[in-house]
Amino acid sequence: MKKPSLPAYNFAYLDEQTKRMIRRAILKAIAIPGYQVPFASREMPMPYGWGTGGVQVTASILGPDDVLKVIDQGADDTTNAVSIRDFFAKVADVATTTRTTDATIIQTRHRIPETPLTQGQIIVYQVPIPEPLRFLEPRETETRVMHALEEYGLVHVKLYEDIAQHGHIATTYAYPVKVEGRYVMDPSPIPKFDNPKMHRSPALQLFGAGREKRIYALPPFTNVISLDFEDHPFKVQRFESRCALCDAQDVYMDEVITDDRGGRMFVCSDTDHCETRRSEGYQGAGLPQHGAAKADWEAAQ
Amino acid sequence: MVVDNSSAMAGAPLLSVEDVSKSFTIHLRGGVRLPVVANVTFDVSAGECLVLGGPSGIGKSSILRMIFGNYAVDAGRILVRDRSTGDVADLASGDPRLVLGLRRNHIGYVSQFLRAIPRVSALDVVAEPLLARGVERKVASNRAAAMLERLNLPSALFNLPPATFSGGEKQRVNIARGFMIDYSILLLDEPTASLDETNRDVVVTMIREKLTAGTAILGIFHDVPVREAVATKIINVAAFSTREAA
Amino acid sequence: MNSDPILSVRKLEKRYGNFIGCTDISFDVWPGEVVAIVGESGSGKTTLLNCISTRMERSSGEIRYRMRDRRYPDLAELSEAELRFLMRTDWGFVHQNPADGLRMQVSAGANVGERLMAIGDRNYGEIRRRASDWLERVEIAATRIDDMPVSFSGGMRQRLQIARNLVTHPRLIFMDEPTGGLDVSVQARVLDLLRMLVSDLSLSVIIVTHDLAVARLLSQRMIVMKSGRIVEQGLTDRVMDDPSHPYTQLLVASILEN
Repeated sequence: MKKPSLPAYNFAYLDEQTKRMIRRAILKAIAIPGYQVPFASREMPMPYGWGTGGVQVTASILGPDDVLKVIDQGADDTTNAVSIRDFFAKVADVATTTRTTDATIIQTRHRIPETPLTQGQIIVYQVPIPEPLRFLEPRETETRVMHALEEYGLVHVKLYEDIAQHGHIATTYAYPVKVEGRYVMDPSPIPKFDNPKMHRSPALQLFGAGREKRIYALPPFTNVISLDFEDHPFKVQRFESRCALCDAQDVYMDEVITDDRGGRMFVCSDTDHCETRRSEGYQGAGLPQHGAAKADWEAAQ
Repeated sequence: MVVDNSSAMAGAPLLSVEDVSKSFTIHLRGGVRLPVVANVTFDVSAGECLVLGGPSGIGKSSILRMIFGNYAVDAGRILVRDRSTGDVADLASGDPRLVLGLRRNHIGYVSQFLRAIPRVSALDVVAEPLLARGVERKVASNRAAAMLERLNLPSALFNLPPATFSGGEKQRVNIARGFMIDYSILLLDEPTASLDETNRDVVVTMIREKLTAGTAILGIFHDVPVREAVATKIINVAAFSTREAA
Repeated sequence: MNSDPILSVRKLEKRYGNFIGCTDISFDVWPGEVVAIVGESGSGKTTLLNCISTRMERSSGEIRYRMRDRRYPDLAELSEAELRFLMRTDWGFVHQNPADGLRMQVSAGANVGERLMAIGDRNYGEIRRRASDWLERVEIAATRIDDMPVSFSGGMRQRLQIARNLVTHPRLIFMDEPTGGLDVSVQARVLDLLRMLVSDLSLSVIIVTHDLAVARLLSQRMIVMKSGRIVEQGLTDRVMDDPSHPYTQLLVASILEN
């Protein structure tokens, strides 16, 4: 008598009916760029806020031949990124990578890679709060009507308030965008530095919010315009320093504290970008760029 | 007694009151009906000053109030003739917009008591009828100030709300307001009651000027010298009264 | 003079099941006219205001409104988009409690500027200039433009709500007991301001109040309601000085003489 065996995991964890449901939501989202499509979010083996929306989207589009990259705050080696990558390696047996150029699907939290995405690639964003109007209008019934009727004055009220309180638009992440001149969309908590990368990107961009049960999308080459005022136009932040490791500039930087005497340096937030540049021979100062440690070092010279 | 020294002033009357009657039904007292006047009939022509005579409580003020549209009319007609077009409107119909239009352009009313509006200065109270006709604020204020000066109101009071003024001061603000515009019909309810002799004479002069300009005036004057100075005709309201004279 | 009404209500009725909110309501409002709806609590005056302003669905009857393009549709014929556009441009609604009409979590300037941004103004400096103009018109120092309404007194909040409504130069304003929650001294200032703005801007106003003194001060015409019906209407001073309906006589007799 054969020993009864439990079935293995379904491919990519979700059952086929669920994947079909989610794919339908994704197709609708692609058909109406920027529109938030409700979907029946499932319980995932991770807590809400850890990327349950992104994981469900990834699980639904993943095929055996895909190559998956997962980043969290630009890094491939943070806990969340490693866990999700391992999860899919286990339940879908797909190849994984840390290289942006090798990946067919990139799941991300907080960043868009520095290396421009290309046609055929899909980037999946993990979204905590998909509703860009939520901060001033708590009623879901009302925000839906506002989207339907294109009543987007409130978004500018928020930007107005920023300028009034800070002298400039102080929103630096989750900066609202208008999609194809129609829907106002929350691009998830990416820095506004990354907003221009969404505009007319050749890659397909999918957004999943697990707790809020919404999926939305930007098909390739979609117009994505960051909202602003005529006399306070949208601007991305610039970094004065170059990367201490790969000498890159005009990329998004993380500030790294190097000692307890004010020593700190700036390094690329995108670890793959930094490693790639270093393998190509670029080298940064590799030294503290600021604070007492820098003064000590200079004195020693 | 009927005084008539206006035979020179001919033409159709500006105001015709025809068979007007008025009573009050007091529902809070079990629906008791208090008749006031009945069959009130008279005309007032341009340049005429018709004085309503008779003792207190006989319904004189009620007649003025009906002509101003402030009291409803039980029966009869109150015809107001437009001086320039000759059109006649029946104010007794009570249509609020008709009454408002007549008040804006044709009928002025100086009541016994000024109804003060909180925070509004004496000058603005007086200028208001001009402003309502679209006169520029500065022009209106200047003319209002000139009018108050003529009535000897201290200029220190111009920019204060009249609520705290004395009776005579309030009365002069009220008169100034009523005389700001060349209404074709002017209703005066004891305008000089609380004025001293000097100011009374000013008001008499102002009334005469209006008459010369062709205004039809209907008034109540208990003050005999004033009455004799301005009246062109006096009718005794007791003839219309349905009450016992008090 | 403008001879067409801006709003006509005919045979309006609102029922809650068998209960009558208001019924058999007919009246017109002309441009530049202030109409007061008075009556005690439960007389249906707020229900009526909410039905006319489309904040509540009517059960039957007609409500026509003169659009800026001279059309005169029943409000029920307008799409939701048109109605909402009307509400934030051509109409205003002043609530008794300012917190119901303000965004308490954004500054005074943003509150006033919201309607401008809603109709597409995208110049920050210009929006701010107009907001500070309006703050001064309602006697709020322009230096308080960046302060939150929570730091304002009740009277200031009410004046801010008024400014927020008037910034798009609406033609019809609905007011629900606009001075109801204010101290008497503060009330006088708000009333005076309303009186001036209404006449300067030639606004049409429908104001609901239980306070006959407020009605007398602001309105030319008055509608008296009892148990959901109009019992008397006419010129405000006529209704108050020569009331004919028993209920109006009772109301007028209840006023404290001043």
